[in-house]
Amino acid sequence: MIEKAPPAASPSGTSTDTAPADSTPVGARPAGAPPGPGSRHTHLLVAAPGERARKLRSTMWLWLCGLSAVVVLIPLLSIFVYVVQKGAAGLSLSFFTELPKPVGETGGGMGNAVVGTLTLIAIASAIGLPVGILSGVYIAEVGRGKVADLVRFFAEVLSGVPSITVGVFVYALLVVPMKQFSAFAGGVSLAIIMIPTVTRTTEELLRMVPSHLREASLALGVPMWRTSLFVVLRTAAPGIATGVMLSVARIAGETAPLLFTAFNNRFMSTRLDQPIASLPVQILTYSTSPYEDWQQQAWTGALVLVVVILMLNVLARLGARSRIGAKR
Amino acid sequence: MSSLTDPEVPEETAPKAAAREPLDVKQGGAYLGDRAFKLATGSFAALVLALPLVMIALLYSASRPAIEKFGPGFLTGTTWDPVREEFGALPFIWGTVVSSLIALLIAVPVSLGVAIFLSELCPQKLRRPLGFLVELLAAIPSVVYGFWGIFVMVPWLRESVEPALIRRFGFLPLFRGEPLGFGMLAAGLVLAIMIVPTIASISREVLHAVPDTQREAAMGLGATPWDTIRRAVLPSAKSGIVGAIILGLNRALGETMAVTMVIGNRPKISTSVLDPSYTMASVIANEFTEADKDIYISALSEIGLLLFGVALVMNLVARWLVASTKRKASGKAT
Repeated sequence: MIEKAPPAASPSGTSTDTAPADSTPVGARPAGAPPGPGSRHTHLLVAAPGERARKLRSTMWLWLCGLSAVVVLIPLLSIFVYVVQKGAAGLSLSFFTELPKPVGETGGGMGNAVVGTLTLIAIASAIGLPVGILSGVYIAEVGRGKVADLVRFFAEVLSGVPSITVGVFVYALLVVPMKQFSAFAGGVSLAIIMIPTVTRTTEELLRMVPSHLREASLALGVPMWRTSLFVVLRTAAPGIATGVMLSVARIAGETAPLLFTAFNNRFMSTRLDQPIASLPVQILTYSTSPYEDWQQQAWTGALVLVVVILMLNVLARLGARSRIGAKR
Repeated sequence: MSSLTDPEVPEETAPKAAAREPLDVKQGGAYLGDRAFKLATGSFAALVLALPLVMIALLYSASRPAIEKFGPGFLTGTTWDPVREEFGALPFIWGTVVSSLIALLIAVPVSLGVAIFLSELCPQKLRRPLGFLVELLAAIPSVVYGFWGIFVMVPWLRESVEPALIRRFGFLPLFRGEPLGFGMLAAGLVLAIMIVPTIASISREVLHAVPDTQREAAMGLGATPWDTIRRAVLPSAKSGIVGAIILGLNRALGETMAVTMVIGNRPKISTSVLDPSYTMASVIANEFTEADKDIYISALSEIGLLLFGVALVMNLVARWLVASTKRKASGKAT
């Protein structure tokens, strides 16, 4: 395809002295700009007929590209403004400590959902991080050739599975045999979403570790497993931490896979075998309710969730930058 | 890093290693620790291998009663009546496909504009922060999108956009009906916002992989900046961009919460984008916990299996396209 791009039929006269706008093979002209008769003898500095239109068209398209970059930021800005404006009103300590109140009673908070989300993230990390990191280590360090390729391929397959399907899967896998919704099932479904990202980041970062580190360690007689874990993995650790932060940020906001795994819980709970509340599910329930109190709570919940996710993203970004800076 | 200077690693193990037989790195498996390490990482890797397979198997077995009972008619049936145990998924397939297409229609030109701006035009200083902002769009949880959709986007559609569309284009079946706000258009729009970062950031990477010699050659021949992009850069990046678009489409098809909150949730096929609709992911989200009969759950599981299948195929095609473009582009550069 690249071969097609260079000039296919550029006449030899396209050199600098008499460049008539039309023979420039790169500019596809609409029929409206005919080759100017006098263009052959035009001096380089004088614009050939059609040249103005060509430049104008270029400028217009470039502006459109710039405009689209601005347009994209409008929803982002709008979401931030609304979430902050509406959410800040309900922000108080009691939001984080109190339980939801029944309709009609003012006050109350989402303490159970905050604790629930933290619990779910903890379960997901406890399962997802070892699996993700060690399978990444396997692909980059241990496995060779086809087997490693296959694992990488399956991780990619996993990353494309819609999150709602993960929910259905975990329902059939855990909720049906356990005969009830549980925090554990919710954590597992979040872990499944987390694993492919962590695997891929780990692999990519391990590959970036210079091989002389590995070789030096092996040459000193350090066994392979210690080299992999304490030299290679440790060198890549800050980068992997960045990837982990991003994947935690992602699962913190997941709703769909929790609907029929972790379900919801009106009370404070950290028991793994019981249903558990979570911020996203609570936001969903309250935002679609007709009660203004609840909607207010939902905005505040959204604010908390967005701020946490933003902070994780910014931290990861800063971490990534300092890491790259250190390398160069 | 400090690992090498860490006294613990070399000092403790070096004598042990020296006492052993020839130091062949490849035969590291001879060490007990190495064998255990290989076994441990290998078993976690095997878990990653097994997960998608178990997922397919379990989803299939869960949806088997529905597959056996309804056969291929499940895909073409238009009635979704849990009470009479009649399950046809066509309205959901329609809703998913059409809302995703609307999303693509809006998101593709915008994302390409963003990608071109970021990779070709943007001043160096703006590049990182702007790229970061675009990626933040992908970080916002979908439930927040849905919430914002309900309270900001839907009223805007209902009061400004949809009445205008009906006035101007009401003669088309596409824009017939009441300006409800909730409906296919709202779903398409919110999906468009959500998939822009996916398409834009991957396209940007692909554009970045096109060697500069392409640009320089075109510029040297007197091409304007836009002609350079259109004639020299975009053709090389084409299949990678198609891959990016498919990945965006994949995200749109599987997206659940934001769509469920704004699409109106009515399982009817309508030609008008103003009418409420329903998607495959939404029906699972809404009805799974309420499904009281086995066949009902089975039918919903079959929809989940369908989603999985579609996502799988598209994901693989897209990744292959993106990878092959990057490989070709960078291969030619050297």
